Amino acid sequence: MNVDVILILVVLTNLRLLGSSRLGASIRTVAVQGFLIGLLPLLAPNRDALWKILILSIGSMALKGVVFPRLLLRALREADVRREVEPFVGSVMSLLVGIVALGASFWIGQRLALPSPTTSALLVPVALSSILIGLFLIVSRKKAVSQVLGFLVLENGIFTFGVGLVQELSLLVELGVLLDVFVAVFVMGIIIFHISRAFDHLDTDRLSTLKD
Amino acid sequence: MHFAPIVHVLLGLTFAPLLLGIINRTKALFAGRRGQPLLQLYYDVWKLLRKGAVYSRTTTWVFRAGPIVGLAAVLAAMTLVPFGKMPALVAFPGDLILFAYLLGLMRFFTVIAALDTGSSFEGMGASREVQFSALAEPALLLALVAVARRTGSISLSGMFDKISLDVWQAAGPSLALVAAALLVVLLCENARIPVDDPNTHLELTMIHEVMVLDHGGPDFAFIVYGAALKLWVLGLLLIGIVLPIQSGNAWIGIAVSICGMVALGVVIGIIESTMARLRLVRVPQLLVGAGVLGALALILVLR
Repeated sequence: MNVDVILILVVLTNLRLLGSSRLGASIRTVAVQGFLIGLLPLLAPNRDALWKILILSIGSMALKGVVFPRLLLRALREADVRREVEPFVGSVMSLLVGIVALGASFWIGQRLALPSPTTSALLVPVALSSILIGLFLIVSRKKAVSQVLGFLVLENGIFTFGVGLVQELSLLVELGVLLDVFVAVFVMGIIIFHISRAFDHLDTDRLSTLKD
Repeated sequence: MHFAPIVHVLLGLTFAPLLLGIINRTKALFAGRRGQPLLQLYYDVWKLLRKGAVYSRTTTWVFRAGPIVGLAAVLAAMTLVPFGKMPALVAFPGDLILFAYLLGLMRFFTVIAALDTGSSFEGMGASREVQFSALAEPALLLALVAVARRTGSISLSGMFDKISLDVWQAAGPSLALVAAALLVVLLCENARIPVDDPNTHLELTMIHEVMVLDHGGPDFAFIVYGAALKLWVLGLLLIGIVLPIQSGNAWIGIAVSICGMVALGVVIGIIESTMARLRLVRVPQLLVGAGVLGALALILVLR
């Protein structure tokens, strides 16, 4: 497995997220993506402290590949929501938006002046496209669960960016980010549960009709 | 070896119906049946050719022209596709566009012949066929353009000649994406299972079969044979990308390609045995997905 193949698989998981209509399948896709992203630090060259890389890699794989999907699937089961994504933008349009975002990321990625060479020429464009697609997922989906997934994709993009750009891996920063994401997903999981308790549904767009 | 391209076309004309036999045998094997004979399609075509045709009084010359123009278009497309790394009978820069639109011409005449009957069922099939192929065409062209960009040639023969193991090592991911997009296009264009079920004869769900319900006799033989040739031609495109074997010897190339086609038939049979037909509203998503794969391959090679 080289870095390019993993990055292209990450892009494919992003596109699958845009196109899929089932929440369960989306959660599993994000799990696969988290696992793939966790492999990236292992493949980055000339890093001296092996244990740091191992901690980061195994930590992020365990969190994003196992813990988050478990939490979200559990939230999905207990909140007893409908298993469909219910997007504002249909899946075909979402795919087209995704490919436009990808093209834009490649265009920007070539023109971006970077302080140091990256491990793969694909790294910056894929990271940018993950960030854009994550943002798009957050704004274009109704369900709170999908918005958590968009947030995770966004974070995966930032993580990819960090792995590629920072020569000296700052373990503390990356672990801090992972912890933040963990807390965010945990809190979101609880909130999802409580929203569905209080309102019988998880459509966040209906929150705007609340009055005091 | 200037006679080689003619041999390729003759091989295609001879073995195209056999490919459908292989698909049917694979499906029968999965279902635990013995299945129809490998040569069933030859018998069918021979039987139909000896029969007369009945024409409804509501139809015009368009209905009679449909099958003939369709067969002629796919025969012309066949002369453009290289076989086993040897150049095709006809090759010129830009022939990939002609290839795509010869298949488009075939589809157009099948569709207007179906509309000419005035049957509402056939109109429904025609509408579906046009809708789906409008989505399959960008996928095919994007995939071919990605290969053209990578190999630096805009002729099908030149493109396929330059795909080698080295190209696969340098641009493997994008070629794999192209192959996946082409496989979806092949399944859609030939009305195979994730898109259309070739066995079903329930008018409400089928696409290709419903358009040719009113054809009979030699006309239907042309349609059946033309469909087999279309599968063969699109299969050659896929095989040309997936099997990058360079050998100086024309006969080894032919043998490898024939083996590739047999393997393709088995793969299609396995896909049909293990998958269910998609709901009609899901099919556009699949085709747009194929188009997106083609676009991704193009972005990767443009980089």
